[in-house]
Amino acid sequence: MDALTRLLHSLLPNVDWAEIGYASLDTLSMLGGSLLFTVILGLPLGVLLFLTGPRQMFEQKALYGVLSLLVNILRSVPFVILLIVMIPFTVLVTGTSLGVAGAIPPLVVGATPFFARLVETALREVDRGIIEATQAMGASTRQIVVNALLPEALPGIFAAVTVTAITLVSYTAMSGLIGGGGLGDLAVRYGYQRYQPDVMLVTVVLLLVLVQILQSAGDKLVVHFSRK
Amino acid sequence: MINFHQVRKAYRVNGQDIPALQPSDLQIARGEVFGIIGHSGAGKSTLLRLINRLEEPSGGRIQIDGEDVTALDAAGLRRFRQRVGMIFQHFNLLSSKTVAANVALPLKLAGVLSRSAMETRVAELLARVGLSEHANKYPAQLSGGQKQRVGIARALATEPKILLCDEATSALDPQTTASVLQLLAQINRELNLTIVLITHEMDVIRRVCDRVAVMDAGVIVEMGSVADVFLHPQHATTRRFVQEAEQVDEGELHDDFAHVAGRILRLTFQGQATYAPLLGSVARETGVDYSILAGRIDHIKDTPYGQLTLALTGGDLDAALARLKAADVHLEVLR
Repeated sequence: MDALTRLLHSLLPNVDWAEIGYASLDTLSMLGGSLLFTVILGLPLGVLLFLTGPRQMFEQKALYGVLSLLVNILRSVPFVILLIVMIPFTVLVTGTSLGVAGAIPPLVVGATPFFARLVETALREVDRGIIEATQAMGASTRQIVVNALLPEALPGIFAAVTVTAITLVSYTAMSGLIGGGGLGDLAVRYGYQRYQPDVMLVTVVLLLVLVQILQSAGDKLVVHFSRK
Repeated sequence: MINFHQVRKAYRVNGQDIPALQPSDLQIARGEVFGIIGHSGAGKSTLLRLINRLEEPSGGRIQIDGEDVTALDAAGLRRFRQRVGMIFQHFNLLSSKTVAANVALPLKLAGVLSRSAMETRVAELLARVGLSEHANKYPAQLSGGQKQRVGIARALATEPKILLCDEATSALDPQTTASVLQLLAQINRELNLTIVLITHEMDVIRRVCDRVAVMDAGVIVEMGSVADVFLHPQHATTRRFVQEAEQVDEGELHDDFAHVAGRILRLTFQGQATYAPLLGSVARETGVDYSILAGRIDHIKDTPYGQLTLALTGGDLDAALARLKAADVHLEVLR
């Protein structure tokens, strides 16, 4: 055990494992918190985009136009800019612009439009015949969404959550810029600014492991809920 | 049961009205199996969807059981639709739900039955369509015929009075088609269910329908009992459908006649007359000889029929014709 510690130390002289541990926890809580709120806000937004979209059940040209424009604006702002622009709003919501709490609002605002579009696309993949059959049973729009659309689109929605989670992992790295913390922040501050490649290596490997876990867990869920 | 008064439908495409259904009248009686036949684009699918207002009429009035369906508000329409079942060409089952959950869906949406009552009802329905042992499978694990049986069970869940069938057998092979049509005929009899079906196959009409409407370019061109329309088609579209079903080429037939001597007649028998030994006795009594040029003996739903094209030579031709006219057959002199 002692030999292993010494070996690790000689190979990775600048790595402070306690700090790596805290940074990992920070990344995980940023990811968990932002993913939760992204899904809570993005799912209804995606459903609304779908329903009001062209040739859909609730076609509303004006509302769809406004929602679509809002989503496109948020998606075209580079995340780094969004982080800075959002600072006053973040302080208003969480009381701080620093740390995990300070990072979550910009992460959610950055990822929600992206996720909503993916949900919209997943819903469009549902066979129109299924919507028609459910309508013919006398279902209300709410019943169609809850009982037919969402269950049928579930594999697509899980795929969307997976892609969004991985996008959020790379966003969390940028939140270091506003003092967000986490593994990505460690990579930038120690690995890049202090030129400690060993720290960079460890953080990147850990991020890679995280992305791998997210992707394979996501794939498993998609397969589990695909009955086709 | 179902009454259309001058119902019409036009789609608005790029600011222009494209008519899909010209103003049409239609009466369908309770317990009847009513077929609508037409080529794709003839407007039959629109006509069917007007009944449960999946398509909104552009004009006219639709009454069902005396109730003006065109006047229903959103909530009224939902309640009305729960009393009208529908099955589809591509089944439209939810791939994410088991067979039992698919059948239970209309009951769940209606929200009137308790959980256990729902389970009992689903078991009953699956037994009726012969799928009890497949209750926990997913649609992807079933064959086409089995999927349509699930579709039928689902459509019957809320005990509807009307069943709409949208090309329900068009995606199935001939054998499966026959068994699904048999099931439809059976539920029509046992539940006194009114069935409206659309198809492009005359054979489907012949097997299960009581009456038929023939559509062409948004117009009902011919309507009547299947036997009348099938055996004495008036409109060119109807004739084409009948010929397709019988695989007879009228032109070829007439070429053959050119080489045959004597009078050429077409006799059409229906019901018990099909079994009467008419030709033999007429030939004996009047001394004419007959040769059969073309013919078909079959069933329209449960009624036997026969249609024979004959050439008569020798003997007392006029007496033979008079004798045939007096008999219980439909006689056409072709030449």
